[in-house]
Amino acid sequence: MIDFQKVAYSYGGGELLSEVSLTLAPGSFHFLTGPSGSGKTTLIKLCYGELLATAGRVNVFDADVRSLSRDGVAAMRRRIGVVHQDCQFLDHLPLAENVALPLTVSGRDADAADLADLLTWVGLKPLSAQRPPELSGGERQRAALARAVIMSPDVILADEPTGNVDWEMSQRLMQLLIELNRMGKTILIATHDLNLIRSTKSQVPARVLRIRNRRLQLAGSDL
Amino acid sequence: MRAPFARLTAVFAGDRQADRVVPPTGIIARLTGFTAAAMAFLAVFALALSLASGRLAERWSSALANSATIRISAPAGQMETQTRAVLRILKTTPGIASARALTREEERKLLTPWFGPGLALDNLPIPQLIDIRETGTGFDAEGLRQRLSAEAPGALLDDHSRWRRPLALAADRLRLLGLISIVLLAGAMAAMITLAANAALAANAQVIRVLRLVGARDTYIARAFVRRFTARTLGGAVAGTGLGMLAVALMPSAQPDGGFLTGLGFTGIRWLWPLMIPPLAGLVAFAATRVAAFRTLKGLS
Repeated sequence: MIDFQKVAYSYGGGELLSEVSLTLAPGSFHFLTGPSGSGKTTLIKLCYGELLATAGRVNVFDADVRSLSRDGVAAMRRRIGVVHQDCQFLDHLPLAENVALPLTVSGRDADAADLADLLTWVGLKPLSAQRPPELSGGERQRAALARAVIMSPDVILADEPTGNVDWEMSQRLMQLLIELNRMGKTILIATHDLNLIRSTKSQVPARVLRIRNRRLQLAGSDL
Repeated sequence: MRAPFARLTAVFAGDRQADRVVPPTGIIARLTGFTAAAMAFLAVFALALSLASGRLAERWSSALANSATIRISAPAGQMETQTRAVLRILKTTPGIASARALTREEERKLLTPWFGPGLALDNLPIPQLIDIRETGTGFDAEGLRQRLSAEAPGALLDDHSRWRRPLALAADRLRLLGLISIVLLAGAMAAMITLAANAALAANAQVIRVLRLVGARDTYIARAFVRRFTARTLGGAVAGTGLGMLAVALMPSAQPDGGFLTGLGFTGIRWLWPLMIPPLAGLVAFAATRVAAFRTLKGLS
């Protein structure tokens, strides 16, 4: 699905990621951890082409991201659901229309019943007419997850999806992601919450990747 | 040829959902409509000026090509003799279709605008005028002048070219200026819409970013802006053109002796010409917004 080959990313004269090699196989579940500022968000952005590697090669769905046209990047992003750290909503649209946005921009109509089911699944059905600024942090995270899965993408990337929510809500969000993984979706979650990783690993065979000193390594029992 | 047409029809086909993803642009959109209305209003007048100048140039050019006048100034006793001599000469001059001496009544009418009605013409040394109509080939003015000076020394040929040619040229230039004004108005409108579109795109940078992140193509995002600005411009141009046509219609109607300004209105089928202004304004808005939108989008990841 996603394959990094000796990828580096530099910004402002300094190298943020170096020699990163990574393969996300179909149906796999990965955590990406590391201290704040270590490059987790950068790595996620490299996966969906918001950033381009300064060295090495990023292949997504067997295509080099660098070689994709702008329409090609758009088509690729329709196959990847992303839960952004800051959610990235359109504040002038109600929640339901924000969740359906990936369908809207691809020229498809959202089936009302399917949309209602999805909002019920994330527990936001009663809030579907609210606008994003009226929602709490947890509600926004769940709405972002709903938007990420509405196109039934092959890959779901989540950047600190539990960053703004309490433990109970973070468990609920993780259950949703575990459920999606069981449906065959490839999941990559960036988080620095080790307790969350431990509790999830007890339910799903997840691999944990850690960014340390600009390089990516597989975390082991030291978690 | 089909691709641009398809792009155009896609814009006018409308997409309610796509329109909603871009928030209302408020004052920018309203100013765009107002400016388009003002430009269209001015364009109607520029067009009216250009068409009226065209009519004037044609009228003067046609008169220049087909007529001439001979003025006979002679003592009262010789006037009739010289007039007969001139008419005789004209009869035998190739290129002259007809020639006739104006009556006293016709001469009085010609002088009325300057001296007022009730002019006692018999008491004034008024020259005798002879009106000449040419054939299509025209006549040899220099040869005629030489014959006249030999046989009717008081006769002076005026082939009108001295004053009609510069006037026809001036009218032609005025028509050109009217057309240049329309082109400049279209250019100013394009510049204004480009600025407005750039401002709207900059104000919606975050919206565009989100749309790109969820997989929107540049065409989809650009179309939302293009449709909005094209519709605003079209609406404004329709209003401005309507007001402009009304203002032209309310101008005094053309009078034969009313001069240039009373002939400024449109005539007959020419009333259809200003109806071209709104679609042209829409096309200018479409092209300007599209170029601005794609240039901005190319700068985003």
